[in-house]
Amino acid sequence: MIALSHITRSFQVGDQQVTALRDINLDIGAGDYVSIMGPSGSGKSTLLNLIGLLDRPTSGIYRLDGGDVTTLDDAQQAKVRSEKIGFVFQSFHLVPRLTAAQNIELPMMLAGIAPHERRQRVAKLLDNYGLAERADHRPDQLSGGQRQRVAIARATSMQPAVLLADEPTGNLDQSTGKEVMNLLEQLVEQNVTLILVTHDPVIGSRALRQLQMVDGQIVSQSEREE
Amino acid sequence: MRFADVMQFASASLRGSRTRTLLMMLAMSIGVASVVVLTALGEGARRYVINQFSSLGSNLVIVFPGRTETAGIGPGMLLGQIPRELSLDDAQALLRSPAVSRLAPLTVGSSQISQGALNREVVVLGSTAELLEVRHMQLGQGQFLPRGDLHNSESVCVLGAKIRQTLFGSQNAVGSWVRLGDRRFRVIGVMAAQGESMGFNTDEIVIVPVAAAHMLFNTSGLFRILVEARHRDLVEAAKRDVESIIVQRHHGERDVTVITQDAVLATFDRILTALTMAVGGIAAISLAVAGVLIMNVMLIAVSQRVKEIGLLKALGAPAVQIRKLFFAEAILLSGMGCLLGLALGYAGSILIGQLYPSLPVSPPWWAVLAAFGTALGTGILFSVWPARRAARLDAVTALAGR
Repeated sequence: MIALSHITRSFQVGDQQVTALRDINLDIGAGDYVSIMGPSGSGKSTLLNLIGLLDRPTSGIYRLDGGDVTTLDDAQQAKVRSEKIGFVFQSFHLVPRLTAAQNIELPMMLAGIAPHERRQRVAKLLDNYGLAERADHRPDQLSGGQRQRVAIARATSMQPAVLLADEPTGNLDQSTGKEVMNLLEQLVEQNVTLILVTHDPVIGSRALRQLQMVDGQIVSQSEREE
Repeated sequence: MRFADVMQFASASLRGSRTRTLLMMLAMSIGVASVVVLTALGEGARRYVINQFSSLGSNLVIVFPGRTETAGIGPGMLLGQIPRELSLDDAQALLRSPAVSRLAPLTVGSSQISQGALNREVVVLGSTAELLEVRHMQLGQGQFLPRGDLHNSESVCVLGAKIRQTLFGSQNAVGSWVRLGDRRFRVIGVMAAQGESMGFNTDEIVIVPVAAAHMLFNTSGLFRILVEARHRDLVEAAKRDVESIIVQRHHGERDVTVITQDAVLATFDRILTALTMAVGGIAAISLAVAGVLIMNVMLIAVSQRVKEIGLLKALGAPAVQIRKLFFAEAILLSGMGCLLGLALGYAGSILIGQLYPSLPVSPPWWAVLAAFGTALGTGILFSVWPARRAARLDAVTALAGR
């Protein structure tokens, strides 16, 4: 599903060349549940952004569903993001002036899906995530857990194959965090590929496959025994 | 993304920052309103002048003695010569031209008018029966000057409405006698009250047959001949005919000036249209200022919504889409400002029309169109840069809010 070969990403900071990713080779299959852990600055977020097509590698080839996506232009990459990739962020990134329902509807609106179909899907998602009562609330009227549930509903509204979560529990207390993790893991059961970036070993160890990153390289991989 | 969704998204984000949106619309609308009101005033002035001219008559060619030259003082003037006068026979001769339908010779003088113990100074106009039609005048009661021979010096007169009021009050004037200078005239008619037109108040004149006026003032010359062409297209032909007939009668000397009403009208029209456009142009500067304000607001909006832009990109919006969204916002903003401005402008014009009823104030369609176009144009033009800036933001840094 996701195949990275010899991926390098370096930034120019002042007149210094900073390398965030060094020669990454990684294969992730459909329905995999992968966590990426490591200290801050180890390049785990950069890797996630790269997989999510928000960033481009300096060198190397990234294949998604067999096709090379590194050579696509902005509009084509946007289309891939819209159709195949969902994002869940640490700080939720809900649009403050839109209601919960409108936030969930946003990706479908951008993709140009017909209004009546959008309404049906939004209603179903609100129901699935226990947000039916909160449909017309704006983000500032929701609790942290509810906000992240809205964000997950939004990320799944286009039924993506890959879900990328960057510290999804970072702004939540422990019990709400666990709740959110359960929701994400339910998606894995529906054959969604979940890639999770975290520095919390407790959360990270829940994944079937765990990657450790240090200084832009994957230093170890382990699999959880069932 | 669907068009309706783009518009809805843009209007929702405008509603999100209400104060800013309202202030922007105000700036835009003041610009549009000032264009509308100022051009309405200019157009009002133009129409006022044209109405005044048309009330003088239509298809008129005006002949007056003496030649207006731009060459300065002629030798004749230095010798104390006055130009040859225009005679009644000259006027009569002009009817030979096939382009001329009718004409009215005019003599003007001032005299004392008295009725019983009442007397006052009046302007006496000597003319013929045709004056009524040529000059588009309205008769109030009785009849106008008798038709027939130009040289008929019958002692009859027609009073202006105000003169009648002063001399006769509520009494019936028609049929009474008044004294003009040293002659007695019978009142045969009264003009309808018309008020001032081109600085000439027809309510305060007395009209007598032209021959009678010549006797009264002991002259034989004419002040003007008003010639009416048969048709609008024949005005120029009438002018040429009039000139050649007079030159022929005056032994080859061109000693009259012939002007057409249209020429004078066209000059005024040009001047006032230019004035209206100049005033409108000045007002349009405020529109450009409003455009710069829109740009400023949109730039602020972009930097305030960096995270949102990053999110939209992550959710699958390509750069084109984001540009479209900000574009739509700017167009909505300037469009609503425009409509508000048009409403304000029209309200202002109507108000001015109420305050100065004699001025036919109405914004010309081209100015309204130009104001609308300029406002929308500047709105769009000045949002190109902010929209591009938004579209070019890097998704990763934008999401981080940097």
